[in-house]
Amino acid sequence: MILAVASGKGGTGKTLVATNLARVLGKVRLLDCDVEEPNAHIFLNPEITQKIEVGIPVPRIDESSCTYCGRCAEVCAYHAIVVARHKVLIFPELCHGCGGCAPECPVEAISEVERPIGVVELGKAAEIEFGHGVLNVGELSGVRLIKELKKQMKGGLEMVILDAPPGASCPTVESVRNADYCLLVTEPTPFGLYDLSLAVKFLREMRMPRGVVINRAGLGNDDKLKDFCRGEDLPVLAEIPFDRKIAEIYSRGGLIVEQIPEYRIVFQDLAKRILEHK
Amino acid sequence: MKIAVTSTGKDFQSQTDPRFGRCANFIIYDTETGILKVYPNSAAEAAGGAGSQATQAVADAGAEVVITGNLGPNAARALQEIRIPVYRFGSGTVTEAIEKFRAGKLELIQGPTVASHHGTKKG
Repeated sequence: MILAVASGKGGTGKTLVATNLARVLGKVRLLDCDVEEPNAHIFLNPEITQKIEVGIPVPRIDESSCTYCGRCAEVCAYHAIVVARHKVLIFPELCHGCGGCAPECPVEAISEVERPIGVVELGKAAEIEFGHGVLNVGELSGVRLIKELKKQMKGGLEMVILDAPPGASCPTVESVRNADYCLLVTEPTPFGLYDLSLAVKFLREMRMPRGVVINRAGLGNDDKLKDFCRGEDLPVLAEIPFDRKIAEIYSRGGLIVEQIPEYRIVFQDLAKRILEHK
Repeated sequence: MKIAVTSTGKDFQSQTDPRFGRCANFIIYDTETGILKVYPNSAAEAAGGAGSQATQAVADAGAEVVITGNLGPNAARALQEIRIPVYRFGSGTVTEAIEKFRAGKLELIQGPTVASHHGTKKG
């Protein structure tokens, strides 16, 4: 089973849920897809054994055959190419590496060169097979890096957990895509509820089976959140209380399932309910 | 000579727009024919790449000189490399900008004057 953990709003507890769930499940693979600010490694302390450099293909123009027709600049959706009368300019940091320009060139003057955008790191944390992507500072889009990281979904394990980035845009959609089930971690605040509704919207469009974990339960407008879940037919699979002890353990980089027995039970039950949805 | 002026409106009396990549319109004035043409800037609302897109637009329009308020890093690099000189005009009408340029009273912009995405800020 491939399980994505997403949220909409940032800071609701995706990584808390993903890492603690991975620990109670034992032999799983956890891929931290939040390549802009990966942090699952802080809780799992994996030993990194493999690094894969990831780049995107950026166009290079052979100006000796270029006719300055401007077709490449016309097709570039990101305006990474400017063609003037006798000059072609490439803006590598605007290029998304879509590969659209080269096949459009009528004189085949465009070749592609790799521009590094980050690295995929793989390793082990006890039984957990760990992987994450680290996007270089200043890069616009981590989608290519997430794609490369998700190649690690293959290979024998019964459970792969994808810790997705917050939001409802390209990196989140890319992270969640092809999962069998998506766990949405939310909190009972107006922001948590609103952003949850955005996440539900794109998951509905993807026809992705989904359920909710309420973190910081008891903090605020719990009833409104539950009304929403009922209305959307979203099962609430677990509630994690608003508990100072959790914050303390988390802020030290610890796992609550290792330090507080009752949370071990909460996460075991959560795992069971997710597997029932298979 | 074709002069491109970044403008908030569509005629000689319009106020100039201090932004380059995200200006409302490019007004291209041809000094030889006296004809003024308006090119709405399709990059005005772009999420990214406005500087390069706007540069492509003024190059396609055949501009030989640009008059604007500020340049971001991509626009500055692009305009410099395709050898379109850029002159700085504080604020006023398109006519005033062109007159001052012709009188040699505008200063040449040598590099970026603002950071990336500056023109997306309101107010």
